[in-house]
Amino acid sequence: MNRSAPSPRAVGRRAAAAAMTALLLLAVAGSARPADIPLDQRRSGYADLGRDSKAMQDDDTVNPATLWVLDGETLWNQKTGLANRACADCHGDAAASMKGVAARYPAFSPARNGPIDLEQRINLCRTERQQATPLPFESRDLLALTAYVGRQSRGMPIAEASDERLKPFIDAGRKLFNQRLGQINLSCAQCHDDNWGKHIASSLVPQGHPNGYPIYRLEWQSLGSLQRRLRNCMIGMRAAPYEYGAPENVNMELFLMWRARGLSIETPAVRP
Amino acid sequence: MARPLINVPAKVKRGQVFEIKTLISHIMETGFRYSTTGKRIPRDIATFFSCSYNGEEIFRADLYPAISANPFIAFFTTATESGKLEFKWTGDNGFSETATTTITVE
Amino acid sequence: MGEKKPGASRRAVLIGGLAGGIAATIGVEPARATPAQMRAAIRNVVGEAPVRKGRVELDVPALVENGNTVSLVVVVDSPMTASDYVKTIHVFNEKNPQPNVISVHLGPRAGKAKISTRFRLADTQTVTAIAEMSDGTFWSATAEVIVTMAACVEEL
Repeated sequence: MNRSAPSPRAVGRRAAAAAMTALLLLAVAGSARPADIPLDQRRSGYADLGRDSKAMQDDDTVNPATLWVLDGETLWNQKTGLANRACADCHGDAAASMKGVAARYPAFSPARNGPIDLEQRINLCRTERQQATPLPFESRDLLALTAYVGRQSRGMPIAEASDERLKPFIDAGRKLFNQRLGQINLSCAQCHDDNWGKHIASSLVPQGHPNGYPIYRLEWQSLGSLQRRLRNCMIGMRAAPYEYGAPENVNMELFLMWRARGLSIETPAVRP
Repeated sequence: MARPLINVPAKVKRGQVFEIKTLISHIMETGFRYSTTGKRIPRDIATFFSCSYNGEEIFRADLYPAISANPFIAFFTTATESGKLEFKWTGDNGFSETATTTITVE
Repeated sequence: MGEKKPGASRRAVLIGGLAGGIAATIGVEPARATPAQMRAAIRNVVGEAPVRKGRVELDVPALVENGNTVSLVVVVDSPMTASDYVKTIHVFNEKNPQPNVISVHLGPRAGKAKISTRFRLADTQTVTAIAEMSDGTFWSATAEVIVTMAACVEEL
């Protein structure tokens, strides 16, 4: 028997599991199909932050994510690959050419006949235009470039998905969002559509919008991508997470961007 | 690895007290965490930070594992004459990082 | 937490979970400092000199969303002249594995005895800041921080 006091993390997690079970019973007991959050009730995760976390995000000189953005700027201007070409050689000044790009990704790729996210787009440029090896998902360089590109859309509203070709993939993402998953057997919607603003153990349930990614997550003590966060969500549900770059992850990203349409891009944001 | 992020005002008046903000990339591994296989992850932290103003030390700090990853340290100093601010971090496993910035005093 | 890369496969996640479960049962977890250890760490710095409450302002959030990053601002009331200034500021905690947080060395050139940083708290606890003045006196302030945790993390 474990005589020493359980670590706060273990206690928190057990409390979270107990709360989850309670929520599950509630959910089974009687809710109809979960409904979308009304557009005017949507709020960014920024609104849920404490004073100091907000201050960290608001000031580039103290936001740890800035370290990655600066790295991204360096990489943007660095010639690489067999083509010995930098992003800047084709795209010039990122502040101009990349403005609005992150706000409309994931976007449809005719070559893939489906949506790709910003990380995949960057890697397509690397392989096809720079003749360089693709950057591994969640590598420091890919995060830096994604943060740098995303930063150029800061303050802009997430675009309406007007490309008809994306519709079946948004639907696939929506289906996944509403599907019960894992041993905990809850869907994303049951927490993030139906119970946002309430607490699970000591954590506030956010609406779960993607408008700040890649984020400096205090839990990771590092910058990380939306797919990393989605994988964390699935591990939280005790479900096997999808691999980085899997179509399910991209469809989910696409659906989340659709769900958050109109919210301001905050990249790179700070989140707990 | 990202270069340190240093923030000082563009121009200061002689005698003005101004803030210096610093931020570096460092994992600050505490040495108290365990991997999923139960092995202790060895400590790897920055242990010391100092700042010199035209060669004279104006601030130094001893850092412990309790300092968060990507250490942020901000402090104040009085503007004397224009010149160079030099920053140095050292730590475990031979960690050493430096940065400089200029300060314009009018 | 844990050395598992974000790209862990399903099998690695399951094995990791099992090992984590075993580790918890054996009671393998970080040591925890006690208030006595903190007092010893303070005595290490202060010696037998009395520590007076006051002149030190310790600004930490009352509640943090994540113990990994807690904002800390310490301000000490001092004219910061050549004859009357703050020599050092030490910050301590009572429940992390180690009682020290940071020790900073100032001087009259600082102009203002104010420092900011971000630190870690393993659990809800009291934080103590102690300032040593140029006249050899010690002054302190304490603050309570409630630490909550993030949901849906990577390790099981």
